Amino acid sequence: MMKKQSNTQKHASKPAGWTYPLALLLFLAGWQLLVFLFKFPAFILPSPLQVGQRFLTACNDGSLLRHLLATLTEMLSGLAIGIFSATLLGYLLSKSKFLERVLSPFLVASQAVPVAAIAPLLIIWFGSGVLSKVLICSLTVFFPMLVNTLIGLHAVPAAMRDLMTTLHATRWQTFTRLEMPASLPVLLGGMRVSATLSVIGAVVGELAGADKGLGFLINVGRGQYDTALVFVAVFTLVFLALILYGSVLLLEKRLLRWQEAK
Amino acid sequence: MNETGSFAFQFQDVSMTFPEKDGELEALEHIHFTVPPRQFLCILGPSGSGKSTLLRLLAGLLTPTAGSILYPQDQQPSVGLVFQQANLMPWRDVWENITLPLELRKLPEAESAGRTQRMVELVGLQDFAHAWPATLSGGMAQRVAIARALIQDPDLLLLDEPFGALDAITRERMGAELLHIWEQSRKTVVLVTHSISESLLLSDRVIVLSRRPGTVCLDMLNDLPRPRSEETRYDPRFIQLSRHLRQAIQE
Repeated sequence: MMKKQSNTQKHASKPAGWTYPLALLLFLAGWQLLVFLFKFPAFILPSPLQVGQRFLTACNDGSLLRHLLATLTEMLSGLAIGIFSATLLGYLLSKSKFLERVLSPFLVASQAVPVAAIAPLLIIWFGSGVLSKVLICSLTVFFPMLVNTLIGLHAVPAAMRDLMTTLHATRWQTFTRLEMPASLPVLLGGMRVSATLSVIGAVVGELAGADKGLGFLINVGRGQYDTALVFVAVFTLVFLALILYGSVLLLEKRLLRWQEAK
Repeated sequence: MNETGSFAFQFQDVSMTFPEKDGELEALEHIHFTVPPRQFLCILGPSGSGKSTLLRLLAGLLTPTAGSILYPQDQQPSVGLVFQQANLMPWRDVWENITLPLELRKLPEAESAGRTQRMVELVGLQDFAHAWPATLSGGMAQRVAIARALIQDPDLLLLDEPFGALDAITRERMGAELLHIWEQSRKTVVLVTHSISESLLLSDRVIVLSRRPGTVCLDMLNDLPRPRSEETRYDPRFIQLSRHLRQAIQE
């Protein structure tokens, strides 16, 4: 009796595998219907079929892959730099009250500046190549990562620090054996947010001025009234974000196996 | 007093104050006593009497604001510390938690594995060596904590209300197990507790601390014969001593 109940609950909370394709199919059908009923011209709202065709041509002439790789490179380098510098600074801030007091007003202020607003500046300074995009990307990622690092390190239980002290652990041992694993759940949460933010960062940078990348592709599509191409680029971006998000989830599952034990 | 005699540690007129927003908090005042090696000492006192502060001083986590703590050959002894909460690292399984002190001292793998195995057996957790802490009961988790404290063969075993978070029955059983472990290893043990019967069943000596600022208000040798068991609770001497301790605490 009890078992049956828990089974039905499981079904209710976790949708079966076929619900996602069904939802996607319904979405596409609704879209096609909308275009069919209102007879939108393709430069306003292309039909899913037109977008699909545009996708295939963009695949065949290699342009989609080229731009996708450009954006992916920017995102991944931006992520790596942003995450690394934010966790490093976060660690230093958590160790030095002085540093925290001096830097935190700047850090909070920097967060108040929208990245879109300083993207043109960075492009003036660092050119319209990959470097400026990587910087914009790492800037978007930086603050949430920094905050999560500070929260994560703050959450290290004081009693465990005492334990490491009585065991005469070195600073490095305390870092690798205690601080890192203890803050990892919060850090990974920050990385999950950062993964999607990095997509935004890269595109904002590319829209502000670039000669390749999916953001550039959107600009091209808009300029040529090739709205189908804009859709192709947008969907590719969503796909990229999902893949990245999923990778962090997988990483979490691997690294935080101990959390599932209960 | 014979200052050169053998001792495990000596509190010499130790006082401890903590800075507070308005003034200072006096946690301990003029604590003065000597503990011989291999003694099982219980520190008894109401909450806020500085029991934990005394233990943290011994563990080297705090430095006294006045007075000093002496050790043989002026060497800070190695300590095994057990907290009220088991304080296990949830991302390490039982084995990895127990072996942590050896890992930090970079012991060769073979030696460390052997010692860990012996510790796992000593606390009877062979079947749970690779369980995550989250799956352990309170008593099991505390046994892991004791094994972790003992594995590096410390000079001092310090326990801060180690059974405080356990239910009464588990608590009694853990006390008996601790005695058993102590009889095998014969370490100097300092156990902080607020349970009179626990202190009488386990210790060679009980020191009672007064309410803040903590001072030694009773230093009593516990002459109850060993081995002790739950039956000891009905011993007239036990009742006499526990009445004595209760009076000291209430004063």
